[in-house]
Amino acid sequence: MLVTPFPLAVTAYTATSALGLGLDAHLEALRQQRSGLRANDFGDAPLPCWIGRVEGVESATLPDAYAPWDCRNNRLAWIGLNQDHFLPQVQAARQRYGAARIALLLGTSTASIGATEEGYRRLDGDQRLPADLRRPVIHNPHSLTAFVADVLDIGGPCLTISTACSSSAKVFASAERLIRLGIVDAAIVGGVDSLCDSVLFGFNALELVSPEPCRPFDAARRGISIGEAAGFALLERIDARPDAALRLLGCGESSDAHHMSTPDPSGRGAELALRDVLDHAGVAVAQVDYINLHGTASQKNDAMEAALVARLFPPQTRVSSTKGLTGHTLGAAGIVEAVITMLALREDFVPGNAGASSPDPACTQHFAWRNESRPVRIALSHSFGFGGSNACLAFARTATDVSA
Amino acid sequence: MSGLYVQVEGIGLWTPQATDFDALRRLFAGDTPAAAASRPTASALSLNERRRAPESVLVAIEVASQAVAMSHRSAENLACVFASAYGDQATTDYMCRVLARAPGELSPTRFHNSVHNASAGYWTIATDCRAPSSAVCAGYASFGAGLLEAATQACADQRAVLLVCSDTAGAGPLGELIGCQLTFACALVLSPASEAHLPRLKLTVVADAPRHSPLPTACVTWTHDNPSAASLPLLAMLASEGGECVLPASERHGLRVEMEVNA
Repeated sequence: MLVTPFPLAVTAYTATSALGLGLDAHLEALRQQRSGLRANDFGDAPLPCWIGRVEGVESATLPDAYAPWDCRNNRLAWIGLNQDHFLPQVQAARQRYGAARIALLLGTSTASIGATEEGYRRLDGDQRLPADLRRPVIHNPHSLTAFVADVLDIGGPCLTISTACSSSAKVFASAERLIRLGIVDAAIVGGVDSLCDSVLFGFNALELVSPEPCRPFDAARRGISIGEAAGFALLERIDARPDAALRLLGCGESSDAHHMSTPDPSGRGAELALRDVLDHAGVAVAQVDYINLHGTASQKNDAMEAALVARLFPPQTRVSSTKGLTGHTLGAAGIVEAVITMLALREDFVPGNAGASSPDPACTQHFAWRNESRPVRIALSHSFGFGGSNACLAFARTATDVSA
Repeated sequence: MSGLYVQVEGIGLWTPQATDFDALRRLFAGDTPAAAASRPTASALSLNERRRAPESVLVAIEVASQAVAMSHRSAENLACVFASAYGDQATTDYMCRVLARAPGELSPTRFHNSVHNASAGYWTIATDCRAPSSAVCAGYASFGAGLLEAATQACADQRAVLLVCSDTAGAGPLGELIGCQLTFACALVLSPASEAHLPRLKLTVVADAPRHSPLPTACVTWTHDNPSAASLPLLAMLASEGGECVLPASERHGLRVEMEVNA
């Protein structure tokens, strides 16, 4: 059996969130520490909270050929796919390898459930979904991946991973295995989640939503701010793209075995995922320059994660959460933060931990409260989800930086 | 591609007319289906969790427990992949009804039960499993795509993996549109092929359309009523210890499964 070990080349990547469309908008917002959060204006009776909403999703239109897929989540996916020349780069990969040799793995927590919610608000006289929404393909958790597979003309394995907030981090691990075993030569990974009542009112019912903009790792943090986002990356075999500047060094996964909606305060499961990623990547803790934390601004996640950093990493490792800028984009958080981590590597830049004004005393000197310019060669991204689903990713920039 | 080789160490099954793999085997052998059972026991869950968990979780836990028991492995070290085409449609129906009428009344427990990885969460908590767990879907091809994901984990990481594929009957306007009318769940414990006495599967990603040997009439009905019943051609091969099939694994490709039985 053909076995290709890590690393993999990351040859294209893009993100769309409340910070804007594409990499430049994200980098600019990170450099200015400009938050994309706004007072909740989503829906007819918005909860008093803050959200990370992407401008222009309502007015976006899909080409006619994709009309059956139309819904907020797939419009957001379409906007995301059209940034940073991502589509032409997928096209080039398809020519290089053939459509059947490329996999598509996307993460989402709620896919297009917003369309199902809308249907229930507008039931017809027979208590059925209204005619314009009687499209089974969108009332289905695979809606996003099936739509994107159609757009990208992917002929290889297609899978939706839906493990709540770790979804679009775990797609990297599944893609890596498919490439390592020689089942495909390349994979498109990513994730999309869009604002909907299920998550706004659901997290509110769990008393996890902050009434003010979220403040990750602040002593007085009051919960999460929910956001929406789309992000994608193209992974290829390193021997096919040896010049690629950015690499996926490894992935780590674990389960908490603790509770459905709160992390294990001991951090035992999270630590297992971290040790797994370092093991796969062949990286020692002292080599990690930056970690983009899960940092949701929930009491329990941030307490667990601050203790985890203090316990495992030497003081020169810099850490921060960027959810104060983007909001918690749930199933898309893994890819959005992977993209931010890759921007940190590309730019030798540590983004500051946005939103915190009075740091939690549990936070150690690892925390970058403001932006820092410093060499970033190896960086991690943490994703810890509902149901105790943990995933950590390790990325690197090559020492001999021959291409951008 | 070259194939992935896995062996099947354990099998679980639950649908109202066949509540374990032995019952399914009898049905494949020509028996008439049993009278319908109402609810899986899911005894791996504590009484408290059993009360909180929806049927989608109970049935997934039930088949997972059956398969792990047959494998004689400890669940706490098993990686697991939970596949489901639709997740918990009854909970989605509840959520959408409440959100349309009085969103502030949404139950926090029903919300956390609504995530696609609810079964994976309940299972890893109940079995103290800190191994990687996943929850996946791929529409009507969810079983084939989940099998590929589980087999890939087994072969790439050289470890045993539990695969569960389950769907439950829909409810309300969503159920009316989707048309999933039956509860059906199956589970396999897979590991890299190594032991001569175990049935060995060769899995290959192919462009072929799905195909399989004829199934008993009752099983054909189940495949129409539940996407997870797309596993039946493979379960029939495991019952008869031989054969070959192509399972749907996406819109455009299939997963060829060939069974090799050592003498």
